Amino acid sequence: MAKKIALLQGNDACAHGALYAGCTFFGGYPITPSTEVAEVMSQELPKVGGTFMQMEDEIAAMAAILGASLAGAKVLDATSGPGMSLKQELIGYACIAEITCVVVNVMRGGPSTGMPTGPSQSDMQQAKWGTHGDHAAIVLTPASCQELYEETGRAFNMAEKYRMPVQIQIDEIGAHMRERVEFAEPGELEVIDREVTTLSPEEYEPYADTESIVAPLAPFGSGYRYHVTGLNKSADGFPTTKAELVAHEEQRQIDKVALNAADIEKNEEYQLEDAEVVLFAYGTTSRSARYAVNELRKEGVKAGMFRPLTMWPFPEKRIAELADQAKAIVCAEMNLGQMVIEIDRVAKGNCVVAHIGRVDGEPINPGQIIDKVKEVL
Amino acid sequence: MAERYEIRFSGAGGQGLITAGIILAEAASIVDNKYAVQSQSYGPEARGGASKAEVIISDEPIDYPKATVVDACLAMTQEAADKYAVGIKPGGLLLIDTDFVKNAPKGDFKVYDMPIIRTAKEEIGREIVANVIALGAMIALTDVVSRESGETAVLRKVPEAFIDLNKKAYSLGFEKVKELLAK
Repeated sequence: MAKKIALLQGNDACAHGALYAGCTFFGGYPITPSTEVAEVMSQELPKVGGTFMQMEDEIAAMAAILGASLAGAKVLDATSGPGMSLKQELIGYACIAEITCVVVNVMRGGPSTGMPTGPSQSDMQQAKWGTHGDHAAIVLTPASCQELYEETGRAFNMAEKYRMPVQIQIDEIGAHMRERVEFAEPGELEVIDREVTTLSPEEYEPYADTESIVAPLAPFGSGYRYHVTGLNKSADGFPTTKAELVAHEEQRQIDKVALNAADIEKNEEYQLEDAEVVLFAYGTTSRSARYAVNELRKEGVKAGMFRPLTMWPFPEKRIAELADQAKAIVCAEMNLGQMVIEIDRVAKGNCVVAHIGRVDGEPINPGQIIDKVKEVL
Repeated sequence: MAERYEIRFSGAGGQGLITAGIILAEAASIVDNKYAVQSQSYGPEARGGASKAEVIISDEPIDYPKATVVDACLAMTQEAADKYAVGIKPGGLLLIDTDFVKNAPKGDFKVYDMPIIRTAKEEIGREIVANVIALGAMIALTDVVSRESGETAVLRKVPEAFIDLNKKAYSLGFEKVKELLAK
């Protein structure tokens, strides 16, 4: 049978990727430029026996997906910057209580309501540090409609595996442009389901240490009783202030991402073998960077591109190597300097680190990148 | 056509030009199996005022998803012509609606004119199909997809009750341009 192929907007592709991954619950509150994700989920979830729930605001939407997740569902929420700001408290709750969920942020600039209809990439540090306290984050940055379809599935896999929130960051261009998307056949793409405990309800402790440092979850309603809280807790889920338990728990939550960075990180390297100038770009901006690399190569400039598909955890090791290899790393992003801070930190002065920013609601075009590269070299 | 080819449809919000863009992108990427990216003006200004849709088509994967220099442009209104019939590639082309664009932008490109809305009203009896007439005309002018691929994409998009109407509109737009080119 021929594969299903369709011309889809990025937001639609994201929703279909979630459905492929087995998402059965969407909790949301519509906001430009993310609304089509909710729209498609509202049409498609009832067909697969799932639930679409529009809540009274973004905070309640986030609360709804956490509740559904604890009951065993794979869950999705989609929003934009203002909604993301509202959700931060509950994202922190999902981090500490280790609740699996995927949240899509179609970035639109800001602060506050910003420019709802313009593209932006200015929530990249919020994605890591938006909620308070030490915590790990997994954040993905796809760049095409096909990639959005596939990476949304990977976001679910990571969330299921590491029992934590995973964020997907898109911009308005990526969300609204239409491209051909090839739907995967069942079994073609990896779909990971959360590990479920094999212990009896009497033996079960939701946050006990295991070899994988991610304790298997027991869905509510399956006969297991346990306590969920935003307070630091002991293995049984009840609050604790015991110093060694608190420190151990905090460290474990950081370690489950840090020790598995190789599994979580994903990058594309383009023309980097002999590159003297490395363009660091993500999302739709990386498409301008690829165009710029091709043009610069025609002129004899040894340019290449490093494109993270996983932004957080930050690809520190590879960036450090590239800082040793190249004369310059040029970061292009639709903000006034966010991921460039990380590059600067990791490059440790071993190469020039330059930045191209744009916040007027227009995309960074290839010409802008080419000019900057020539200025830097 | 290995290189990227860029087409812009512009007019008034509500004239169906974004739909025309989507149909062209489907013709290229789904029917013809090429690469295509479609995007549009998005925001409050798109309602009522000048609106545009852009389609980039290539045999290779498409990097930058927005238009750089446009190979072919359609302008259905004077406002759209003033605002969006810019950045046309030297040697490129512009199609305008004769009745609505009185001052065609000048430049190193060929300007074709056709009474698109009037044709829809007088020859089809339905102004609503002006976008499909324009699509047929643009495909005839650019050869960016074949006549058949364009028609297949149109028919995939429209509800069954309107198939004949749209088929007729598409053919009319295509034929009118071929007549124009033969002159």
